Amino acid sequence: MTTTLPIEGRQQALRLMLETRLAEEKIQELFLANLIRGTTHLAIGHEGVAVGTAAALIPGDKVTCTYRGHHHALALGMTLRAMMAEMMGKETGACKGKGGSMHMTDASIGLLGANAIVGAQLPIAMGAALTAQVKKTGNIAVTFFGEGASNIGAFHEALNMASVWKLPVLFICENNLYGEYSVWSKTTPVQDIAVRGAAYAIPGVIVDGQDAEAVYTAVKAAGDRARAGEGPTLIECKTYRYRGHSRTDTAPYRKAGELDEWLKRDPIDLLKGRMIADGQLDEVEFAEMRHAAETAVVDAVDWAKDQPYPPVEALYADVYYEG
Amino acid sequence: MPEMTYREAVAKALADELASDPNVIFFGEDVAEAGGVFKVTPGLYERFGPDRVRDTPISEQAIIGTALGAAITGLRPVAELMFADFVPVALDQLANQVAKYRYMSGGQFVVPLTVRAAQGGGNGFGTQHSQCAESWLMNFPGIKVVSPSTPVDMYGLLRGAIRENNPVFVLEHKGLYNMKGEVPDDTAPMKLGESKVVRQGIDVTIVASQLMMHRSLEAAEQLAKEGISCEVIDVRSFVPLDKATILNSLAKTNRLVVVEESPHQAGWGGDIASLAADEGVYWLAAPVKRVNMGAALIAYSPPLEDEVLPNVGRIMRAVKSVLSDA
Repeated sequence: MTTTLPIEGRQQALRLMLETRLAEEKIQELFLANLIRGTTHLAIGHEGVAVGTAAALIPGDKVTCTYRGHHHALALGMTLRAMMAEMMGKETGACKGKGGSMHMTDASIGLLGANAIVGAQLPIAMGAALTAQVKKTGNIAVTFFGEGASNIGAFHEALNMASVWKLPVLFICENNLYGEYSVWSKTTPVQDIAVRGAAYAIPGVIVDGQDAEAVYTAVKAAGDRARAGEGPTLIECKTYRYRGHSRTDTAPYRKAGELDEWLKRDPIDLLKGRMIADGQLDEVEFAEMRHAAETAVVDAVDWAKDQPYPPVEALYADVYYEG
Repeated sequence: MPEMTYREAVAKALADELASDPNVIFFGEDVAEAGGVFKVTPGLYERFGPDRVRDTPISEQAIIGTALGAAITGLRPVAELMFADFVPVALDQLANQVAKYRYMSGGQFVVPLTVRAAQGGGNGFGTQHSQCAESWLMNFPGIKVVSPSTPVDMYGLLRGAIRENNPVFVLEHKGLYNMKGEVPDDTAPMKLGESKVVRQGIDVTIVASQLMMHRSLEAAEQLAKEGISCEVIDVRSFVPLDKATILNSLAKTNRLVVVEESPHQAGWGGDIASLAADEGVYWLAAPVKRVNMGAALIAYSPPLEDEVLPNVGRIMRAVKSVLSDA
């Protein structure tokens, strides 16, 4: 049974999803214009997972995520300016320009880091959960990963040890059907990732990842359980990656019509429709909200373009803590 | 002054740090109830309890990753990897995560993390349980690496590592666990990054660590009977490296032998030779000589293992060769 968010929560979730969607579309443009280097991995289509999870967290909770993690960062409260400046390698970026698209990190909002190594972020979240457990803070840790990461060793080590230690950590799988360029069925012998929890005596929950409120409901329940000392939960959010794996991938391997089917259940449209049905939003207000999000993205990009690059001496800073 | 073994020095350092700071926690495979496979950590679980001293599954990636996550959120973990040969099992977490976490976040985190592991050959453990890990770890800026050679250094450097606000890998040589030495009651946590001249000499400088340092001291003792005076430097800290102590000695002796318990290729001795070439070349009266395992691997059979590890005779021959090269 899905718990609905209060109206403020819904407005916030919708606003964040719009900002994330528009920011990522802009990021793709900036890449093509060569203003952003390297590679990027867009989460367009996944926004409901991020905002639904963020709504269920409390101050002091910690999160690790993946290189496909812009939506997590924005949902947790990273500013568009800090993100865009980081994308461009600027001194005022979230990581002072040292991280880039794949390493969005903001300790002040509990985001312990996006990780560019598949699966590596799971054990790191366990450490944050261990701190919460030892210090009895009542906080939890959350780690996001794709279904492809459920085939890597670190996933299995993490679920096993987290279960044995009853750590307050939630393993949130964003199952978008494709591990890089390969459809899940070629690489994974189980239909649902959630069943893998059973191997480690961890409850496995399947959620509609396009429905931010369904995600919120599942994460809230699992979080309550973890905060009560009952251990981890594996939550599988069924979602879809509208774009390819990374910048240059046009996803020719997808079945014809598959994207169109998923677009019918877009997370933004879903929440918007529900709010309109409940008399909490109308098309004019939605257009205003979208316009505000566009303005915020454009402002962030313009601001970031004007920011300075770090001085070359910064190369040697923060290799070690001095002191 | 109390005498204790190198093994006991590890346990005492851990106990003293666990007692002095409630944020210190310790975990690894078989370290708690069993007291460690080398019987290094008995009693800690009973004294500090199951929250702070924990057994883990055989999951090296999870051990190091969890320690990292704990370190960046307010604890001061000490993780044990049992054998240093398991470093490659956990290498993603060490090389890509631990070493880079502070840097790639733009300095948002301090990482007060200590990893311990037992290393080294000479005990018939075979190819996959006898290696030394310094040279592997030195290639990851962001991690400090120390290798204590005596009980007092083991005690002081491990405490220093635990108090350090950076990741530190403490390598323990399993051939030294039974070695006894004095550890004064007032031994303080030691600063990392300092080498030590453990024998004064004027003819040749020998740079070595742990088991090889002790073999170098033996070689120096025998060479002294032949009228050759060796200065022996115990590296102690590979990262940061104490260049000054090595260069000062080289300025005095003009000859350098490096003894490594590792393969020649990309071994740490190359860094010492490079230091001499870069900053001490005008003092050198002979080519630098490296004594190491060459391109061989450690084998199980006793005569093969004896052959691959540098011994006193090989060290003596190397010293004589740099003297005859003048």
